[in-house]
Amino acid sequence: MSEEITLFPEEQTARSRSASRWLIVRALLRDPVSFAAITILVLILISAVGAELIAPFDPLEQDLKLRNMPPMARALDENDSPVGFPFILGTDPLGRDILSRIIFGARVSLTVGLSSALVSGLIGTLLGIIAGYYRGAADDIIMRLVDIQMSIPVLLLALLVLFALGSGFLNLVVVLAIVRWMAYTRLARGQTLALRNSPFIDAAIAIGNTHTRILFRHIVPNVASPLIILGTLEVATLILSEAGLSFLGFGIQLPRSSWGLMIAGGRQYITSAWWIVAFPGLTIFLTTLSLNLLAASLRSISDPVQRERWLRNRTAPANGNS
Amino acid sequence: MVGVEASEERVQQVRDQLGLNDPIPVQYARFAARAILLDFGDSFWQKTSSLRLVIDRLPATFRLAAAAFLLAAPIGILLGAAAALRPQTYLDRIINILSLGGVSMVDFWMALMLIIVFAVQFGWFKTSGYGGFSYMALPTLTLCLSPLGRISQITRSAMLDEMNRSHITVARAKGLAEGRIVFVHALKNAAIPVVTISGDMLSSMLNGAILVETVFAWPGIGYLTLQALQRRDLPLVEATVFVVACMVIVVNLLVDLSYVYLNPRIRFQ
Repeated sequence: MSEEITLFPEEQTARSRSASRWLIVRALLRDPVSFAAITILVLILISAVGAELIAPFDPLEQDLKLRNMPPMARALDENDSPVGFPFILGTDPLGRDILSRIIFGARVSLTVGLSSALVSGLIGTLLGIIAGYYRGAADDIIMRLVDIQMSIPVLLLALLVLFALGSGFLNLVVVLAIVRWMAYTRLARGQTLALRNSPFIDAAIAIGNTHTRILFRHIVPNVASPLIILGTLEVATLILSEAGLSFLGFGIQLPRSSWGLMIAGGRQYITSAWWIVAFPGLTIFLTTLSLNLLAASLRSISDPVQRERWLRNRTAPANGNS
Repeated sequence: MVGVEASEERVQQVRDQLGLNDPIPVQYARFAARAILLDFGDSFWQKTSSLRLVIDRLPATFRLAAAAFLLAAPIGILLGAAAALRPQTYLDRIINILSLGGVSMVDFWMALMLIIVFAVQFGWFKTSGYGGFSYMALPTLTLCLSPLGRISQITRSAMLDEMNRSHITVARAKGLAEGRIVFVHALKNAAIPVVTISGDMLSSMLNGAILVETVFAWPGIGYLTLQALQRRDLPLVEATVFVVACMVIVVNLLVDLSYVYLNPRIRFQ
């Protein structure tokens, strides 16, 4: 009897799930745009982790003889002949290699972006599923807070809080997390509301699960995938916000460095040395663009209607379509 | 305010005058009591009414926001609709990448790059300052990119949903012209999310243009906010936040009211 109503044996669902996950990865890699986005993100991740090994120069080493050198220039020896490894992206007003500074800057920008996205994601999701699951007063209070915060512009709020708390690395992460939690709350609440009335939740209550167990065992796994996509988008937003705040002098402070701070430092030299501003900004743009493109592809894959079309177009080279 | 070499006595005297030695709740109550009367006190920096200072900056911000919005909204809607009418084609994918490029744009970097190319190299436009077209062109272009991308993304997904609904099939069956189907039957029904995001973008341009206004030294509210924060000018900061919040409320109200026109099923009691 029990065998008749088992549609998928345990083993088979597990295998097909890992198989479909593999299919998604393959589809992503086959799509040229997603492939480029993933490559850029992997490169930036590698430079953040292995900055010491990859950077051709010490990012802090100053040499005023080598200031504002254009891209691909090399240092000169006593006979005025070029020696050593070229400064691929040029040097800044203190003679520091821009490429090395970008590589080390990836560490700061990614740490700020990822950790504040994680903190705001955890807080926002928890509040969202509580609001959607328990409804009532908790829902009203949380959603009014979200409404209030939605009406204050992100950058202005972040500036105000940094103005009050003082700037610095840790404050920046805290502020960015405070500023963006409500994006997750709205999404998590909507998803939870939709799940709340489904039969398997009623069944879970009927067999005597505690509410906490239902929340973490049944609700969280089912709302996770749209939230992960939102998180990808949020990392991009947060990297942009960090760059903007650092550019205005309210974010990362000297002697630490970040991409936004490098642009601020090159601002007064734009008439004579465009590369000081151009390359750090290009790096930020490519990072956020890659995150946005990846999130867009992930969204089309996770939507069952679009997924079929996506996988058909991008996994079957026999169609001559990829 | 008193200079670095001021004596401790003088510092305490000024702090007392400004009420900075009172407990925080007392200070807040005093602030709230005056704020109800729209009195935020005199700016520490300019020594005149801070609300007046903010209101004087409104025209510059309005001009820039209006120009950028009038550029971003029509182009964004057209691009989004075009992508939705040809889903999964090259046109759709190119528009998608371009609009995501707008969304991911580092606006202050874009501003500096435009200055390098069009103001420094070619000398077509002014690098910074307040004035006519040659001053406005670059800030407007910078400011419109991100809203343009976002509006086009939202329009695409709203239109895509709309084109698959049965009233479009009915309109086709009746033999209506494709242009009429798209602009009257689909676009108007897809308008609510588009209007919502456009309202968000408009209010963010009205007050969140801090970075762009700063790079171009455009004398609007955003630049004033930064100047106030850098000078730790508390009354002026309070006044800017108040004015910004009022503008957000007005834009949100207009967006909500437009729903009644766009979807007659929505009624306010």
